Amino acid sequence: MKTTMLFSIAGIAVFFIGLYCLMAYRHLLKKIIAVNVMGTGVFLFIVSIAARANILQPDPVPHAMVLTGIVVTVSATAFGLALFKRIYYETGKPYLDNEDK
Amino acid sequence: MPLADQWMVWSIIIPLIGAAIFFLLKERHHTIIVIISLLTLLSTAGLAFNVWKTGSQFHYAGGWQPPLGIVLYADGMSILMMLMTALVGLSISLYALRYFSDKRSLKFFLPLWFFLWASLNALFLSGDIFNIYVTLELLSLSAVALVTVSSQQDTSQRRDAVFAGMRYLLISMIGSLCYLLGVALLYAGYGVLDLKLLSEVIAPSPSVFAAITFITIGLLIKTALFPLHFWLPPAHANAPAPVSAVLSGLVVKASFYLLVRLWFGVFSFALSSESGLFFGLLGASGILWGSFFALRQKTIKMLIAYSTVAQIGYMFLLFPLAADMPSLWGAMAMNAGIYHLISHAFAKSSLFLCSGNIILAFGHNRIDGIGGIAKHYPLTFSALGLSGLGIIGLPISGGFIAKWQFLTASIGSGQWWWAVIIITGSLMAAVYIYIIWSRIFAPLENDIVLNPVPKSMEILALFLSLISIFMGLTAEPVLQMLHIGRHF
Repeated sequence: MKTTMLFSIAGIAVFFIGLYCLMAYRHLLKKIIAVNVMGTGVFLFIVSIAARANILQPDPVPHAMVLTGIVVTVSATAFGLALFKRIYYETGKPYLDNEDK
Repeated sequence: MPLADQWMVWSIIIPLIGAAIFFLLKERHHTIIVIISLLTLLSTAGLAFNVWKTGSQFHYAGGWQPPLGIVLYADGMSILMMLMTALVGLSISLYALRYFSDKRSLKFFLPLWFFLWASLNALFLSGDIFNIYVTLELLSLSAVALVTVSSQQDTSQRRDAVFAGMRYLLISMIGSLCYLLGVALLYAGYGVLDLKLLSEVIAPSPSVFAAITFITIGLLIKTALFPLHFWLPPAHANAPAPVSAVLSGLVVKASFYLLVRLWFGVFSFALSSESGLFFGLLGASGILWGSFFALRQKTIKMLIAYSTVAQIGYMFLLFPLAADMPSLWGAMAMNAGIYHLISHAFAKSSLFLCSGNIILAFGHNRIDGIGGIAKHYPLTFSALGLSGLGIIGLPISGGFIAKWQFLTASIGSGQWWWAVIIITGSLMAAVYIYIIWSRIFAPLENDIVLNPVPKSMEILALFLSLISIFMGLTAEPVLQMLHIGRHF
């Protein structure tokens, strides 16, 4: 029981670490990675609740949720990278603030 | 199951099939676009007719019942949202055919737009918190991609669109992940995802309040409520006009719809005068902030986008006023909020389509250089006038009914301070709409050559603005529809 709790707390902690990085860094690649870290935190949390009731017979529904979440995050990341590439190609800078032209 | 029972499924599947077809098609096929749009409208209308006749309806996807299966649920509120989407959607589809002059943009626009339509319908019908997450993500991804669809000619505009899209993507990912974390917390507590089952077992506890907080923040980010609105104006103003119309008219409404659905259903135990006040204060700040910045804009699209921030604020006044729902004033505020949402959708999408016409005609949308519209584009001019009435909320428009009910509810329930905000906001709206109106009467500047605007684009803008006015005349059936089967 205690290990799954630890995973749950770790998941939420990872989520907030990702959120912090997303706001703290200007580099777009770092921002995209930060979003992925946030997602991983949520997924870790969801996986940990699957084992909560009975560690030998985990609940399959959270697994299905995580799989769906991963698919969504992968596609969002791919799209984010494509946008990043376009921004870098157009401005030569990997940043969002376009004041310095 | 007979075919008519499956209108719900058709309303999601038809636009999805359409999107897939448009990915494969090389040439633009106007008839296919019109057919798919009409079929989606038809399936929505069929579903609306069924709900009107027999009350709210369930559909168990694949025949699996909850808790394992996913349930689709249609009641009066979801039907109104879907009808609104279908009417705006049909106009957008037809408008885009003319607006995107180069084949390449249209090729990207069409599949994304029909994906977005399908995910909106799926979102309005979802009866399951995880399924809502999936539809939210589909909606956000197609919306972000649509922002970045722009014509190739104008490099600086294309660049702004890519920047706005990137910002929009990151912010909406934060929103989605917050929402998902909330869902996970709820699942950890109760082991169900179905809204109806959840509302039976949910009880106040620290983890439930944490879940409500995450879900609410996630949805507020996506609705762009002040102070989480900063991403909206650049995204909505830099997108192509039909996309702006969809984003301002429909997409921000979807997450607001979810907030209403959840807070007045599953989370209703958490709805108190304090939480209502929280939403109300943010809404009121949004009204003042958005209107103030709308006054200072130099281009029409930016002005309309800031006006959206303000108009979103009005919808949130629903929470403090309707917090004690059984009362007469609460019910009236609920009507006002939903009515405002719908009439704003028509008025705002019409305004954005007008801005598209202006861009096509003048090659820009700076407010100080649009003289001559009244004389040369009378249809666009009328559309600007009528939808402006709706945004300000002057009598005979749908916006008037909504604001009048808001005012009555706030004074009736003794919360007069919201009435002050509503009136101030309306006055400011009158000023920023007047800024546009005052310029369109100006004579055409001498050296400007106007481009022709296809009649159909002007007629579609006028069509939507006429609906927003028409809503001021037929409130009764709409409000009756809203109250069909609302039990969570």
